Amino acid sequence: MAADGGRIRLRSTGALAHSLWSRPAAALKAGMTVDEGKVDMEFDALMLSRIQFAFTIAFHIIFPAFTIGLASWLAALEFNWLRTGNPLYRNLFRFWVKVFAVSFGLGVVSGIVMSYQFGTNWSRYSEFTGNVLGPLIAYEVFTAFFLEAAFLGIMLFGWERVGDRLHFFATCMVALGTLLSAFWILSANSWMQTPAGYAIENGKAIPVDWFSIVFNPSFPLRYAHMVLGCYLTTAFAVAGMSAWMLLRHPHDAPEAKLAGSRRSMSMALWFATIFVPVQIIIGDLHGLGVLKYQPTKLAAIEGNWNRMDNMPLRLFAIPDEVAETNHYEIGIPKIGSWILTHAYDGVVPGLKDVPPEERPPVWPVFFSFRIMVAIGFAMLGIGLWSLYLRWKGTLFTNRLFLTAAMIMTPSGFGAVLFGWFTAEIGRQPYVVYGLLRTADAVSPVSAGAVTASLLTFVVVYAFVFGFGSYYLAKLLRRGPDPVEDIRGEDLGKKPKRPFSVPDEGLEGKPGDKPLPAR
Amino acid sequence: MFGFGTEYEGLAFWLPLIWAGLIAVAVAMYVIVDGFDLGVGILFKAARDENWRDRMMFSVAPIWDGNETWLILGGGGLFAVFHVAYAVLMPALYVPIILMLIALIFRGVAFEFRFKADRSKFLWDNAFFFGSLFATFFQGMVLGAFVQGFANDGRQFTGGTWDFLTPFSLLTGVGLICGYGLLGSTWCVMKTTGELEIWARRVAVRFLIATIIAMGAVSLWVPFLGREIETRWFTWPNIAFLAPIPLITAYLAYRLFRDLEEGRHYRPFFLAIGMFLLGYLGLGVSLFPYNVPPNLTVWDTANTVDSQLFALVGFSIAMPMTFAYTAYAYYVFRGKVAEEISGGGYGYH
Repeated sequence: MAADGGRIRLRSTGALAHSLWSRPAAALKAGMTVDEGKVDMEFDALMLSRIQFAFTIAFHIIFPAFTIGLASWLAALEFNWLRTGNPLYRNLFRFWVKVFAVSFGLGVVSGIVMSYQFGTNWSRYSEFTGNVLGPLIAYEVFTAFFLEAAFLGIMLFGWERVGDRLHFFATCMVALGTLLSAFWILSANSWMQTPAGYAIENGKAIPVDWFSIVFNPSFPLRYAHMVLGCYLTTAFAVAGMSAWMLLRHPHDAPEAKLAGSRRSMSMALWFATIFVPVQIIIGDLHGLGVLKYQPTKLAAIEGNWNRMDNMPLRLFAIPDEVAETNHYEIGIPKIGSWILTHAYDGVVPGLKDVPPEERPPVWPVFFSFRIMVAIGFAMLGIGLWSLYLRWKGTLFTNRLFLTAAMIMTPSGFGAVLFGWFTAEIGRQPYVVYGLLRTADAVSPVSAGAVTASLLTFVVVYAFVFGFGSYYLAKLLRRGPDPVEDIRGEDLGKKPKRPFSVPDEGLEGKPGDKPLPAR
Repeated sequence: MFGFGTEYEGLAFWLPLIWAGLIAVAVAMYVIVDGFDLGVGILFKAARDENWRDRMMFSVAPIWDGNETWLILGGGGLFAVFHVAYAVLMPALYVPIILMLIALIFRGVAFEFRFKADRSKFLWDNAFFFGSLFATFFQGMVLGAFVQGFANDGRQFTGGTWDFLTPFSLLTGVGLICGYGLLGSTWCVMKTTGELEIWARRVAVRFLIATIIAMGAVSLWVPFLGREIETRWFTWPNIAFLAPIPLITAYLAYRLFRDLEEGRHYRPFFLAIGMFLLGYLGLGVSLFPYNVPPNLTVWDTANTVDSQLFALVGFSIAMPMTFAYTAYAYYVFRGKVAEEISGGGYGYH
């Protein structure tokens, strides 16, 4: 079977086999058109591996995108509880930590798959990039994963055992771990977009300057854009879920039942209102980096076929890759050039600057980008609307707004996913931009094996995701504990019924009364 | 043994050796810590009632995530410093690795889902049991396939999808179930009380016997693999240096059996770890210096010196801290699990 897969694969790379690892574009241009056409028609190990990678990583990214924000959100809640002693915050922590645990568990198990898939399905990629990216992945494991994992147990189960301060420390370490993890993985990803600090030797990338590798040109803004994207994902998820909990209760429900959802929604919306504009600015700056380092990707994003000045801002179009033009184009004249170059007559690169085999699929890149931007501006709208309602004092009672906020619950996930589609499809046909084509990165595995694994992943993830959503909905239906049952207690004191298994339940401490074997 | 890498000098010689040692430690850590929590899963279905299952699960719930992180370090570490080995091994082990990951998914989500479920709780009991069982089985098959060796051209795997599947790898798969079962049951002896603990002792004795049989069978089979591993063991003077490994293993097995009978709490678990480490050492002796048997050594598959050094700097700073706070996390959850853990007292759930 492997021989089979090998043969299929050879058809796509045969003509290039000798120049696989050599310098970029120039060597690879000749004779590609015919081969490319063939590859696209068949479901070979390459195509299946691409689908599998896209599916498993799209599934995975949902959870880190949520938990990176949630971890910081939990740290903020616990900080407020320790600072003010208001049990509302503690109850909120206890509620959202359950949501966190479900999401984090799903993120961990789907993440282990990723760390092996580079090898199982992309062994030629591993061979090419191993010297450079291997250490970055290792840094992620030993600076971030262990930190998260060790302190997660204490955060979830250990409050009673370690006390307030250490527990807060554990929560902060979990939050720090999520941010460090994002740091390394985005550094590796950015290097694949804008490689720097390397040399090519014996057909492999080898490291020359680690600082340039880690802080490669697209990394700082990508990291900022992604982390803020995660925070906003969480903010809209928290706001939306809280809005749903508020909608389920009548207006005149007891204050104690509503207080938790109200506080959560208010905090999340403040965050969103302030940081959505910041994110839009960072996104714009990030786009300027794409213009500089990945002009072809930018041309695909803009749907710009011919290098031109005075480029319009295309709001809608149907890109046609065969005719190399757009249909039904709707645009605002000159604004496209102005956004990208800050001059109306600025020159923007076109897709036709490079031959067709050097271009990414235009259609998905063009639309993914527009969907992401549209979601971003919808978020901006919710933020401004919430400000207006705060001023009017009807933030928690305006049912139209609550419904809109509820509908926006998954908006951050959508923006993150479509942003990734833009970034990752946009750099095709390369997996390491300009250096290694995706077609040359795949493992020598059989198409049959990848078909089977892909189907298994789809079924298993659908099953697990279905139940995960069901249990999450169950948690939300119950909502945060009302605050009334602990009123009258000394607020500054340790919680009466804290999280964890109490020590006093320990019977038969080891050593003091040995039990007979039978 | 140093004759193996003679064409390499200086750092290019020493760094792969250091890294081989560090990754060996990481894999050993994984086998021990995830071994016992997978083992708890293997015992899960046989437990008498829900209270037993709750207590067994709770004994590992706060730490399983950290335990599984060692597996990521194993995979990530291989990519980080022996990327050629990673590139050859992963496609060769495509089927068992993917199946192991799927099994780990079911078992991992069971920790969270089981406590949130009412009517569907049986589903996650099963997910935890079968997930643990199959994850272990496929890890065992990976081990067996590793000892058999892989067809390769020095850069990529050249064999077939099903090369890994042989009677030998089936045996190592079953053998690892016995071994993890032993770790899991001795863990339960250490972490539980009352009838559950007494039951765990009985189960541990059975798994101990099964583990000894499996270790013996694997050792006897190895000469028939045609890898000439046996010549390394049975030539002079090696035999004098290596004889203690099986002898000490046998002694630990005897001691473990006595301790279980005598009602000791902690020691059986650590003796089981001791048996595992000795078996692991035996494996290391058999395979060194190949990390892609039968032909690629740690030097052949290593990253450039620069790349290994960079990873080593981070490792040296981060790993001592990791050991410290991992140890702290275990310390926080020391002692036996309470017998009544349902309802309000049960963790954060």
